[in-house]
Amino acid sequence: MTSQLGIGKSPTGIQGFDELTLGGLPTGRPSLVCGSAGCGKTLFASTFLINGVRDHGEPGVFVTFEERPEDIVSNVASLGFELDKLIEEEKIAMEHIAVDPSEVAEIGDYDLEGLFLRLELAIDTVGAKRVVLDTIESLFSAFSNPAILRAEIRRLFDWLKERGLTTVITAERGDGALTRQGLEEYVSDCVILLDHRVENQISTRRLRIVKYRGTAHGTNEYPFLIDTDGFSVLPVSALGLMHQVHEERIASGVPDLDAMMAGGGFFRGSSILVSGVAGAGKSSLSAHFAAAACARGERAMYFSFEEAADQAVRNMRSLGLDLGRWRDADLLRFMATRPTFYSLEMHLAVILREVMRFEPSVVVLDPISAFTESGDRLEVQSMLLRIVDFLKNRGITGIFTHLAHSQNEATTDAGLSSLMDGWVLMLNREVNGEFNRELYLLKARGMAHSNQVREFRMSDRGISLLPPHLGEGGALTGTARRAEEARLRRAEVERKTELRRLQQQIEQRRRRARAQIEALEAELQAEEIALQALVESESAHERQRLADADALARSRGTGGFADLLTNKGE
Amino acid sequence: MRRLVLYVAGQTPKSLAAISNLRRICEESLPGQYEVEVIDLKQNPRLAKEHSIVAIPTLVRELPVPIRKIIGDLSDKEQVLVNLKLDME
Repeated sequence: MTSQLGIGKSPTGIQGFDELTLGGLPTGRPSLVCGSAGCGKTLFASTFLINGVRDHGEPGVFVTFEERPEDIVSNVASLGFELDKLIEEEKIAMEHIAVDPSEVAEIGDYDLEGLFLRLELAIDTVGAKRVVLDTIESLFSAFSNPAILRAEIRRLFDWLKERGLTTVITAERGDGALTRQGLEEYVSDCVILLDHRVENQISTRRLRIVKYRGTAHGTNEYPFLIDTDGFSVLPVSALGLMHQVHEERIASGVPDLDAMMAGGGFFRGSSILVSGVAGAGKSSLSAHFAAAACARGERAMYFSFEEAADQAVRNMRSLGLDLGRWRDADLLRFMATRPTFYSLEMHLAVILREVMRFEPSVVVLDPISAFTESGDRLEVQSMLLRIVDFLKNRGITGIFTHLAHSQNEATTDAGLSSLMDGWVLMLNREVNGEFNRELYLLKARGMAHSNQVREFRMSDRGISLLPPHLGEGGALTGTARRAEEARLRRAEVERKTELRRLQQQIEQRRRRARAQIEALEAELQAEEIALQALVESESAHERQRLADADALARSRGTGGFADLLTNKGE
Repeated sequence: MRRLVLYVAGQTPKSLAAISNLRRICEESLPGQYEVEVIDLKQNPRLAKEHSIVAIPTLVRELPVPIRKIIGDLSDKEQVLVNLKLDME
């Protein structure tokens, strides 16, 4: 398998390891895997061999110097490897080299040609491309002449190399040296160190590539896992700030919260910190985020470090949020572990691995403050940084909850604020004998957002954010808000009553004025009538007078009537 | 019945030395006591696995039980005799 220029690499099929070594172990050369007892050497070797057969069509020979073949078969069977089947199919040959020193006496010169012959036979039987020698150092307890052994082991390695066999040699770690017998001096191409350390009663497995000639490789210690899925290495440091930037907004599951941001929500792929005191509703908000993702048909993953999965599902039901439905549809996955269950590195490793497997679009870590109690502050920070980078690299939105001990402090133990794109601060403040939940959007990178503290209400219809009451006395919440609102309502009623009273008053006054106008008009009319009557009586009087004068004149019989009338009139 | 099997691999100097040393010891010190067989594992490598042979040359005292193994070119006659007589009587 010469895939690149330079040395060829044979993939081990061990998750993470092949990425770390840019391809796997050097093809056709021996690699040394050393470590103390129980750190997974044999498992590493058998995984390498079995994956070689299964995925790359390279048969292999497993030479065991310690454990019996049946034991190895049953050991790896618990990890889902059907080694016995592969042996039956002649894809893998098992060679048990057992030497009981008590029944052997050494007299004179000897070599290990028998081992070579057996190995050769096994290799030829299956057409092996891969060989595992587990643990060749056992020979040193079986034979008493180290000079012969060293020469023979060197010859064996050369022989394997000559035949182009990709070999894994396991060795026990010695004091101050990589191996007890200094085997590393015979293996110059690739040396891998497995380690199993216990700190604060928490054990962590770590892998380090001590030497890998002719290739670039990570030099850090990488945590690895041995669980039901076998051996996996997690190259957690190989991350950078090269993540893709998303313009798309995602719903938080709380429309009121989205409405606080210009654009209607957080960006996809952002990291959001939800911090607050106990009982402020951090988990509930996070669960809404997860449920919103599921409702969009995306996958969400909830890492809980305090609550069991079932408990979280039950609790959210009281908010009218049915997480169980999403869980059954395998859109939502819960991972509940105690912080003390693994070391930090291992937590990180597990989180990254699970995320890689499930490929969710939203990841919730609830709460990250659980780690600050179990680990060193700097370590926690670096771990979270890696998670943030990792999630961003994959465009996954991360929700991190953080338990704050103090209400007013806008800081986190792990100094995380600067890593986060969004920060939702949740308060639970006591005012006048009652606690009210409040929510504040402290930070939302790249968007305008509301500066208001909203009252955070949880009911069986979910989470709602109430706009605060902005009175003269500042923003009010809870009973204070309700009291203020009631007072205002009362004031409003009073004001309206007063207005009505004034209106009536004016109406009355207007009516009175109108009545007065009518009375005056009537008076005016009466006077006019009187005047007219007067005028009429005057003209009647005049007519009478004229008639009388006329009559008088006529009676006197003098003058013309017309002349008289004209003279009198002027 | 007493039976010795000497496992060698080809005509290497060590193998040849072991064969001649064993012959000499048997003739000089244990005449007629042992039936000796020499097996060349190069010819039949399967027997190496069957009899758990790692080092070459290996001398196996198959009978009487328990099985005893001596590895090396058998250059020290006294030691060979001591080991062959162990567990007997």
